[in-house]
Amino acid sequence: MNKEEIIEALKTIVEPYSEEVLALAHIDENTDFINDLKINSANLVDIVLDIEEKFNIEIDNDSMAKMLTVKATTEIIAQKLEAHAG
Amino acid sequence: MKKEILAKLPYGKSFLFVDELLHVDENGVTGTYTYLENLPFYEGHFKDRPVTPAVILTETMAQIGLVCLGIYLLKNDTSQNVAIAMTSNAIDFLKPVYPGEQVTVTSEKVYFRFNKLSCKVKMENAAGEMVCKGNISGMLISKENG
Repeated sequence: MNKEEIIEALKTIVEPYSEEVLALAHIDENTDFINDLKINSANLVDIVLDIEEKFNIEIDNDSMAKMLTVKATTEIIAQKLEAHAG
Repeated sequence: MKKEILAKLPYGKSFLFVDELLHVDENGVTGTYTYLENLPFYEGHFKDRPVTPAVILTETMAQIGLVCLGIYLLKNDTSQNVAIAMTSNAIDFLKPVYPGEQVTVTSEKVYFRFNKLSCKVKMENAAGEMVCKGNISGMLISKENG
């Protein structure tokens, strides 16, 4: 799965948790979950749980703490997928 | 342990809806509360026809099912204080609860990850009838961490 595909899947996961229609429409690597999409910490947990299920990976506390932007999240997902494959 | 949990509850007398914990372990908790007839909200909910408000039933389920369980799950945490916020709930209300009734709340942990505790909670009356049921989630953060 390449970066664009991960971002696309991420967008689908994030959508139900944000009311920021404009920010959702323009979601890209620089999108910040808290500042741009106004997602709170409780919903961020649900997003991470959805990511685990969707990509069949496990997110640890350290990774979770970094997952605040689309870019950081995509990188972590890619790393975990790679580790999984290897 | 049950007494320690009750002692750690952050509520004042006017908003404490836990009397006793019957059981608590890693996966869930059972506790009771009796709605005394002189509770102040009965005067207005409703005029001349007191019924326990659904928000109070929800709060009771959250205090026993979520907060007591959360304090237990954080028992090995060194910090003394836990910051708590209910973040979502979805409850079905099946039967009314009248002044003087005792209820039993049973909660099962769905998950506790990244400081978020999610529970499946039910409340039964003294006759063993289901009063309300649903899911409640909240964030539990020991104050040391922020």
